[in-house]
Amino acid sequence: MKKFAGQSIIDKLSERFEASKTELTSNAAIAEVRQKALNHLVENGLPHAKAEEYKFTNLTRALEKNINFEMETETVSVSKEDVQKLKIEGLEAYYLTFINGQFSTEFSDEVTEEGVSFTTLSAAISSNNALAAKYFDKLSKSTEDPFVAMNSVLASEGAVIEVKANAEIKKPIFLQFINTKSSDIQAKNLIEVGTNAQVTVIEKIDTLGAEPGFSNMVNEIGVAAGANAKFYKIENDTPASYHISNIHVTQGKDSKFTSNTIALDGAMVRNNLDIKLEAEGCEAYMNGLYLLHGKTHVDNHTTVDHTMPNAYSNELYKGIMDDKSRGVFNGKIFVRKDAQKTNAFQSNKNILLTDDATVNTKPQLEIWADDVKCSHGCTTGQLDKDALFYLMARGIKKDRAMAMLLHAFASDVIENLQIEPIQAYVEAIITSRLEK
Amino acid sequence: MLSIKNLQARIEEKEILRGINLEVKAGEVHAIMGPNGSGKSTLASVLAGREDYEVTGGEVSFDGKDLLEMEADERAREGVFLAFQYPVEIPGVSTTNFMKTAINQVREHKGEKALDAVSFLKLMKEKMKLVDIDQSLLSRSLNEGFSGGEKKRNEIFQMAMLEPKLAILDETDSGLDIDALRIVSNGVNALRSKDNATIVVTHYQRLLEYIVPDYVHVLYKGRIVKSGGKELALELEEKGYDWIKEEAEATV
Repeated sequence: MKKFAGQSIIDKLSERFEASKTELTSNAAIAEVRQKALNHLVENGLPHAKAEEYKFTNLTRALEKNINFEMETETVSVSKEDVQKLKIEGLEAYYLTFINGQFSTEFSDEVTEEGVSFTTLSAAISSNNALAAKYFDKLSKSTEDPFVAMNSVLASEGAVIEVKANAEIKKPIFLQFINTKSSDIQAKNLIEVGTNAQVTVIEKIDTLGAEPGFSNMVNEIGVAAGANAKFYKIENDTPASYHISNIHVTQGKDSKFTSNTIALDGAMVRNNLDIKLEAEGCEAYMNGLYLLHGKTHVDNHTTVDHTMPNAYSNELYKGIMDDKSRGVFNGKIFVRKDAQKTNAFQSNKNILLTDDATVNTKPQLEIWADDVKCSHGCTTGQLDKDALFYLMARGIKKDRAMAMLLHAFASDVIENLQIEPIQAYVEAIITSRLEK
Repeated sequence: MLSIKNLQARIEEKEILRGINLEVKAGEVHAIMGPNGSGKSTLASVLAGREDYEVTGGEVSFDGKDLLEMEADERAREGVFLAFQYPVEIPGVSTTNFMKTAINQVREHKGEKALDAVSFLKLMKEKMKLVDIDQSLLSRSLNEGFSGGEKKRNEIFQMAMLEPKLAILDETDSGLDIDALRIVSNGVNALRSKDNATIVVTHYQRLLEYIVPDYVHVLYKGRIVKSGGKELALELEEKGYDWIKEEAEATV
């Protein structure tokens, strides 16, 4: 018999699907996808304790214990001040704000630049928007991850963004999800970046209050030939919040995609980042920083799949684990038979600040082509004692000296963030953590 | 200024300092010499507050305060400076930034106002001349990729910036060619005054031709076995350390 996990969750999700069926299945094509996703979930369950992809991160058990998955009608109201407080200081962006999964016209900015259009997922589905059919469960597939399946069954809302060919969108688009529910939210964003277009999208999820919450996010991003797209994830949610993210990207010829994943707080966070380089001359950059404390558990699983020749990928993930926190890094690089002249680099470096902090890191390279340049490396250690003594021997207090060394350790990843207010936001958190 | 009485220290289970006695007054330069493994660098590290060493006995007072009670950073703020034998490379931290932080923490400790950017830059320019160090070097990551000579010049530059009461130079001459040695020594000499003191730890007499000591002490097996004037250094240069060893063994 197959091992099965998360039965109680799946039962509740099935009930909810039945209860909201009219709303969720108004569009025939999407209805079919949702039904298939549900069937897949019912047949296969959620990841069990020994599932290879989730063996360090037992999200199923954590959710069973902490999240009720009931349909919740009563919600706390959110004030303008609440929303304002959660913004990144000094950052000029189009904020698109979703409260408990519902789009808020009141709190959102209008996207005024030419060449970009925004609509909600629900509107896109009901108006038969071509992007919905093109992307919904198409890049990020139910069959590949049970949480994607869960999302495809229930996600009724999200952002659908289309950047037209040759458009250069100047201000970043900030997808802000604010939750007050103690249950779950499921949202799906579909993003298409047209030929030679440029855009930056930022996603941040915040829970109000101390109750446990769960957000299940999916982003499906198509980057067309010659385009340059950047996606930022800033994870600084409450210590009782659970989060899973699935980001799937496909890249066209000579396109460039940059992912920046910054994990700072939360109970348990799982990030699946999956980039497919489906044409020649693609460039993919994956930057990650996880700065963990308390009992925060953050798991970054990344995959970059080189399928065609002359593509380049570069991955740099760095982690600093304090208190009893735990980091997990798993980086897969596939270089297919046709992907000759591939350049693929990966680096993961970790610092453990206490004896109780842990990290599990695993690079995974599978190479079928013979003319490629690939390298990977991972290190785990403590803060350099000699360096600390050197700084202190010049009169610098221990806390400050530690902060300087940690800033220095993270400096290359922070440099890669490029957007100054986001850099300042991360720097300030490093400093405040050490001066607690 | 500095009074060391019967200082004993060990690293892990190994006894290294076995009862050091030394008095250093303001305005003086003391040289600590001795064969390899005699405990010279350990003495320098223990005075600076390196945690790897455990002090097992004795006292050290600095301007009347108990030095051994203080952490390394506090000692530095009180005016103790160690020029490292092996300066540490710290990627991602520039010397400029590092020095600004250090100076302002020392100033804060003394109850002085933090230096603004302009005054800091002016001070830096002035001290850079002293050791002939280039601005571009100071904007780079601390000691990363520096040559041996550049590292040692950077140490003396930092010393010039911080103006310590007591400077301890740990084998500052090691790995230096004659030109670098001259630059470094000139820097140290320019900083000498009647209010501060210097302890020069060295294996060779060479450095002492440039930084002329008032006293020379020979360390052997964790004790000072002979003290004298600057002529003692010349005698050691000529005769080596064997006669000292023999003399020391005979008295035990």
